[in-house]
Amino acid sequence: MSTGNMNLTLKIWRQKNNKAKGSLVDYKISEVSPDMSFLEMFDVLNEDLVAKGEEPVVFDHDCREGICGACSMFINGRPHGPKEGITTCQLHMRSFKDGDTIVVEPWRAKAFPVIKDLMVDRTAFDRIIASGGFISVNTGNAQDANNLPIPKVQADSAFEAAACIGCGACVATCKNASAMLFVSAKISQLAQLPQGQPERYRRVQSMVAQMDAEGFGNCTNTGACEAECPKGISLENIARMNRDFYSAKFVSEESI
Amino acid sequence: MAELNAHIPEGELTDKWTKLRSSMPLVNPANKRSIEIIVVGSGLAGASAAATLAEMGYKVKCFCFQDSPRRAHSIAAQGGINAAKNYQNDGDSTYRLFYDTIKGGDYRAREANVHRLAEVSANIIDQCVAQGVPLAREYGGLLDNRSFGGTQVQRTFYAAGQTGQQLLLGAYSALERQVGMGKVEMFTRHEMLEVVVVEGKARGIIARNLLTGELERHSGHAVLLCSGGYGNVFYLSTNAMGSNVTAAWKAHKKGAFFGNPCYTQIHPTCIPVSGDHQSKLTLMSESLRNDGRIWVPKKKDDPRKASEIPEDERDYYLERRYPAFGNLVPRDVASRAAKERCDAGYGVGNSKLAVYLDFKANTERYGRIEASKHNIHNPDKETCMKLGREVIKEKYGNLFDMYAQITGEDPYELPMRIYPAVHYTMGGLWVDYNLMTTVPGLYALGEANFSDHGANRLGASALMQGLADGYFVIPYTIGAYLSKELATKPIPQDHPAFVEAEASAKAILDKFLSIKGTKSVDYFHKKLGKIMWEKCGMARNEKGLKEGIAEIQQLRKEFWSDLRVPGSADEMNPELEKAGRVADFIELGELMCMDALNRNESCGGHFREEYQTEEGEALRDDENYAYVAAWEYKGDVTFELHKEELKFENIKVAQRSYK
Repeated sequence: MSTGNMNLTLKIWRQKNNKAKGSLVDYKISEVSPDMSFLEMFDVLNEDLVAKGEEPVVFDHDCREGICGACSMFINGRPHGPKEGITTCQLHMRSFKDGDTIVVEPWRAKAFPVIKDLMVDRTAFDRIIASGGFISVNTGNAQDANNLPIPKVQADSAFEAAACIGCGACVATCKNASAMLFVSAKISQLAQLPQGQPERYRRVQSMVAQMDAEGFGNCTNTGACEAECPKGISLENIARMNRDFYSAKFVSEESI
Repeated sequence: MAELNAHIPEGELTDKWTKLRSSMPLVNPANKRSIEIIVVGSGLAGASAAATLAEMGYKVKCFCFQDSPRRAHSIAAQGGINAAKNYQNDGDSTYRLFYDTIKGGDYRAREANVHRLAEVSANIIDQCVAQGVPLAREYGGLLDNRSFGGTQVQRTFYAAGQTGQQLLLGAYSALERQVGMGKVEMFTRHEMLEVVVVEGKARGIIARNLLTGELERHSGHAVLLCSGGYGNVFYLSTNAMGSNVTAAWKAHKKGAFFGNPCYTQIHPTCIPVSGDHQSKLTLMSESLRNDGRIWVPKKKDDPRKASEIPEDERDYYLERRYPAFGNLVPRDVASRAAKERCDAGYGVGNSKLAVYLDFKANTERYGRIEASKHNIHNPDKETCMKLGREVIKEKYGNLFDMYAQITGEDPYELPMRIYPAVHYTMGGLWVDYNLMTTVPGLYALGEANFSDHGANRLGASALMQGLADGYFVIPYTIGAYLSKELATKPIPQDHPAFVEAEASAKAILDKFLSIKGTKSVDYFHKKLGKIMWEKCGMARNEKGLKEGIAEIQQLRKEFWSDLRVPGSADEMNPELEKAGRVADFIELGELMCMDALNRNESCGGHFREEYQTEEGEALRDDENYAYVAAWEYKGDVTFELHKEELKFENIKVAQRSYK
C-alpha cells in the first residue's frame, strides 16, 4: 500500500491490558514514504497486522493536526519523537532514515497507568482541572466583554500559557513524573487575567493538592518538560505557580 | 407518526425569541434536582450545555468517546467566532449577521433560528471572556476582530489560529467545575450505541465502555445529542479520526428525521492530498484569506515555479470573478472556483490539483507599515519583507508551522498550495425551533443538527452556533418539555425498551466479530470515501448519483459479508469501534446521494451540474425546492421524504451575488 522506499525496524511496547506484563516487540515495515506522518506509518503497520490476523497496536490519536492532545508516543526516548515543538501526529517520516530502528513506548508515569499497548490513562489531568482550573462564572452572568480592558501583553502571555494541549509529554519526560508544567500553565493563564483574581489563591491550593493526590512527582528544575513541550509552554509558569502557592500559604491561606 | 412542525413562535422576527424566553414554562429548583439529562458529546455544544444545565440544577450525565472532554473536535477549529458586537464601528448589527448568514446559506435556512443565533452571538463573547478565554486584543486592551468570508464587516473574534481550542477549553473548564461539584457525572471513553425510546419519548441511551467493552444502560428524562458532524463519510476530511455519525444515525433509526443530508461543506483552503497513505486532511484557516491572495498561472500546465511566474502572468481568479468580495467569497464559491481552474488545466503542484495562496503582497504591505512605525523611510523591499514576516508570524504562526510540518515547504518563502476538502456538514438531525428532534425528549445541538446554516455555512459560524445552542438556547427551551415531566419518576433500567436496545447493540457487535472475512474496516471506509467524493462531492449530477447509490449498496453487501475485525468485544478494541462507525457511514452515504438526487437545483454546497447559470454559479429553484428535506427512516435502509417549507418574510430572496 505504501508508496515510499524506506525500510524500518520498529520496537513497539505491547501490553494486553493494565494487569498484563508488557514487552517490546519487533516489527519490520517497508516501503515507508517520507511524506507519511508517524501515525500513518502505524496505520500501515496495523493494516498489515489485521491482514495477518494479528491484533493491531492500540494508541491514542484523534485530530491528527497537533491540537487535541490525544497522541502520546514515546519515540526513541523522547515524547513525540525527535523534533521540537510538535506532537506525534505532526511528526513525518522524513525525520527518519532508511534502515533506522525506532523504539516506541507509552508515556510512563505512576499517575498515567497503561491501558493497552501505547494507550495510557490521563484522567488525572481532568481531575486536577475539576479541582480548580476554572473561573466560577455561571452562564448568563457576564458583563460586556469590552468593559474589561486587558493589556495586550498580559492577554498574550495568558494565551501562551493557555496553549497547553494536555497531552502529558511534560510528565512523560520528567524523571520525577511531575505534572507541574501542566498545572502551572492553567494556574498561570488565569492568574494573569483580571477575571481570575477572586479565586487566585484558592485555585492554586486546590490544584496543587489534587496534583499531589494523583501521585505526580515534584519539580527539581531539570527543565525537560519545557524542552519537550509541543506547545512551548514556559518554565516561568512553574515559577509563577510556586510564587502564588507560597503567597497563598503564608499570606492568605484559605481552607479548601 | 411525528409531524413536522417547526414550532416557530408567533410575532415579529425580532421579538420571537425574547417573547418565547419570557413565557417559557419553568422548572423550579427543587424539581430540577430530580430531573436527569443525558448529554452525548463534549464539544462546544455538549460541554456548554452540560455545564449550563448543571449550573441550573439539573442532574447531568455527559458522555464522550475521547479520553477527556477537552479533546472533542471543536478543539481544532482555527479561525474564529462571529458575533454582532459592532466593536469595529463598521455598521454591523444583529440584522446584518442574520442577513449574511441567510444569504451565505443560499436561502435554505430557517429565518427564526438564524435571527436567534445572531441575537445571542454577543452574549457568547461576553461569557467566554468572563471565563478567562484569552481572545486576541489590541494595544488599548480591547478585543480585536478580523474578516471572514461572505461578510463585509469585521465581526470575527479569535485567539491566534486556535480559537476553537480556547473556546472549548473555556467550556471544558465550566464543565469540569460542575464535575468537581458532583453535578455532572462524566463518562469518558464511552460511545453511545443506541437511543432508548419508552412510550414514544427518549428516555436513555446504551453506551459502550470502550475500556472494558461493557454495554451500559443510562436513563434520563431527556437526551441531548451533541455529537458533531458526519464529514468522515468521505474518509478524507478535516475532521478528527474519531468524528462519526453513529449517535445521530442511531437516533435517526429510532425515529428522528435527518435534515438535508446532502448539504456538505467543502472548504477551499486545505493542504492537498500527498499520497495513498493519507489518513486525514488539514485545514489552513479561512482567516488566511484575509492576507493571502489566491492565484493560478494564466498559462495551462505551466511548469515554472511560483516564484518564476511574473505578476502579469498570474490569474487572481477570485478577485477577477468577484471584485466586491475578492478572496473573501463564501467557502462554496471559493471551492468551486478552485475546482473549475484545476479541471480546466491550470492547477499547480505535482498532482495539478492545487492552487496558490500567496502572502507576498500583504507581507510587503505590512512591512511597509512596520517600517514607518520604526521611522524607516523609503525602506527597500528586503526590509519590508523581513518586517512584514514578523506581522504574518504573529497572526498565523501556528498555521504556517503546521503547513511546513506537513508539506516540508516553507510558506514564508513559497506560496502555500491548497485545494478544497470536506470540512463541515450543514445537514444533520432535523430539529424544531426548540432544538427537539421528531422524537419527543431527544434534542440535537451544534453540528449534529441541521438548523442554522442552510446550504452553506459561513466561516466562524460553527463555533457561534455550537455555543449558542449549548449556553443560551437549550437551557431555556428544554424547560418547556421538562416542565411536563415532573411526575415522571426515574426511568427503570430494566424496562423492556432498555433490554431490547442493549440486545440490539450487542447483536451488531457480535455480528462484526463473527463475519471473519478478509478486508479491514479501513478498506471499506476508503472505498466509501472514494465513491462519495466522486459521486456526491463538490459537483454532482443525476447519473453519478444513481451510480453512487448502486455502488454504495454493493459496498454494504460486501461489508457485511467480508469484514474482518480482530480481537473481542470485551476489551479495548479500536477496530470494533471503527466497524460500527463505518457501518453507519455506509447507510448515511446512500441517504446523502438520495437527497442530492432529489434536490434538482444547486444551492450553497450542493452543486448539481445540470443546474447552473451561464457563468457557472449555483442556480436555485425557489419555486420547487425552498424546503428542508427531512428524511424518515423506514427500515432496511429505506427512507421517506418529508418537507418543511421555508418562508422568507424578512429577507428578499435573491440570486446570491458576491460580484
